[in-house]
Amino acid sequence: MNKFKENAFKSVTYIASLFTILFLFGIIASIFLEGLPLFNFVKIKDFIFNTAWHPTHDPPDFGILSLIIGSLYVTLGALIIALPLGLGSAIYISEIASPRGREILKPIIELLAGIPSVVYGLFGMTFLSPMMIKVFGIPTGLNVFSASIILGIMVVPIISSLSEDALSTVPKNLREASFALGANKWETIIKVVVPASKSGILSSVMLGFGRAVGETMVILMVAGGAAQIPSNIFQPVRPMPATIAAEMGETVIGSPHFHALFGIAIVLFLITFLSILITEFFINRKKSQ
Amino acid sequence: MKTLIIFLFIFLILVSCSTGKVKIKIAGSTTVLPIVQAAAEEYMLKHPDINISIRGGGSSIGILSAINKIIDIGNASRKVSSSELDITKENSQDLIETEIALDAISIIIHPDNTVDELNLDQLQDIYSGKIKNWKELGGPDFKIVVVSRDTPSGSFAVFNEIVLIKERVTSEALMLASNNAVATNISYTPGAIGYVGIGYVNDKLKLLKINGIYPSKRSVKKNKYVLTRKLYMYTSETSKGLAQDFIDFILSERGQQIVEEQGYIRIK
Repeated sequence: MNKFKENAFKSVTYIASLFTILFLFGIIASIFLEGLPLFNFVKIKDFIFNTAWHPTHDPPDFGILSLIIGSLYVTLGALIIALPLGLGSAIYISEIASPRGREILKPIIELLAGIPSVVYGLFGMTFLSPMMIKVFGIPTGLNVFSASIILGIMVVPIISSLSEDALSTVPKNLREASFALGANKWETIIKVVVPASKSGILSSVMLGFGRAVGETMVILMVAGGAAQIPSNIFQPVRPMPATIAAEMGETVIGSPHFHALFGIAIVLFLITFLSILITEFFINRKKSQ
Repeated sequence: MKTLIIFLFIFLILVSCSTGKVKIKIAGSTTVLPIVQAAAEEYMLKHPDINISIRGGGSSIGILSAINKIIDIGNASRKVSSSELDITKENSQDLIETEIALDAISIIIHPDNTVDELNLDQLQDIYSGKIKNWKELGGPDFKIVVVSRDTPSGSFAVFNEIVLIKERVTSEALMLASNNAVATNISYTPGAIGYVGIGYVNDKLKLLKINGIYPSKRSVKKNKYVLTRKLYMYTSETSKGLAQDFIDFILSERGQQIVEEQGYIRIK
């Protein structure tokens, strides 16, 4: 009987994991199946390197360079904002805070991750954006900078909690050795603990990148939606996920526009896939050390 | 804990049973949305056994969902396009079109802007990116922030047809997802210009004369205001019964009053 139970449990978990893989491959296959027919209408080179995106114009333009660059600008901006905040709070929680302070701080930062993205978007649209116009005197508040700030806040808990994990796994004897050599707490953190957990911190940044590059709702609401290559950070952009979300509903299934949106999905998928590969690489390298 | 979960579960089942009312599903143009919401509230008061669910999404979503029979009524602020009819041939034969109201695409700017009037050519130059500063139009020295609706919008389609004609909308234009987003954005952006359904114009926005004429009940009815359009509801033969009754309500005297209360212009 026990043996039966064990086998049953084994097969249930096995089937569960099989399904996950099945879903993954199903999604990948459908993206490529619907995306690749685009290249009967547009050359790959023109799709990637052309900056004009006018999918409903007659004749349409399907160039996504400005969308790719929009995505990268916003994502890099988010990381620039999130890295110091996330890493800083991770160092404070792991190295400096009292156990009580840690118990309070950690869940609060993790709470940030629990706020739905549409709420962040609403905040950006109705509060941050008007403030931007007043503070900086810029023409519009829906721009790269606003989107980066909001996305950055969303990425902070990812970088913070994963970096904190990495910092806390640094062996105690490394720290003690550093103190024994006469280093103070600050020197120990910056020169010993942080370098020792470098790969963990890097992988947290890459995961944050993956989160930010795929985030849709905030981008749709705050980035402005202008398909252009911005000349400064106060100009609106139209990142890839926002384009797919905004336009998918109106496309006629099987039209070039429909395939083009799946084409964007392929590019987006490849970018996040690459970021996950890099993350895995860092984690594996850490393990083999 | 376990009993609580079971209790909740039973509660949910009961709730879902009790709301097993007859349902009318409506989606589409955010321009038509205020009319439908107000009309649906009254209609549901009169018919407590009927539940009307309403979503936005844009005219294209309204029309396509009506053709594909995902919903009962698809709202649109433009006519169904020939390509939509072509690709969905088998399904679209029994599509029924009803005109429910008139609307004027209203051109709005920030109240601090001193410009009062534009003509269609100027509007085209602004939206295609040829005019970039209000100074060139006799206004203050502000950069023009062009605000457009996103591509699924019926307003976008109608606006492009009348104003832009063959030009492309400038790539610097902000593309926003709803009438409300446009109105809110313009109310706090000094250099902005945008377009919304006339029902969305409020006192935080400044309405512009186009070719010398303000959008108003009279100018729209007499077809003098150039950016006038009809608002439609699309149904299919199969979803007729109840949906048709709701549309009849909107076309009734009371329904058309609601149309006017929401700031649009009656069709009858």
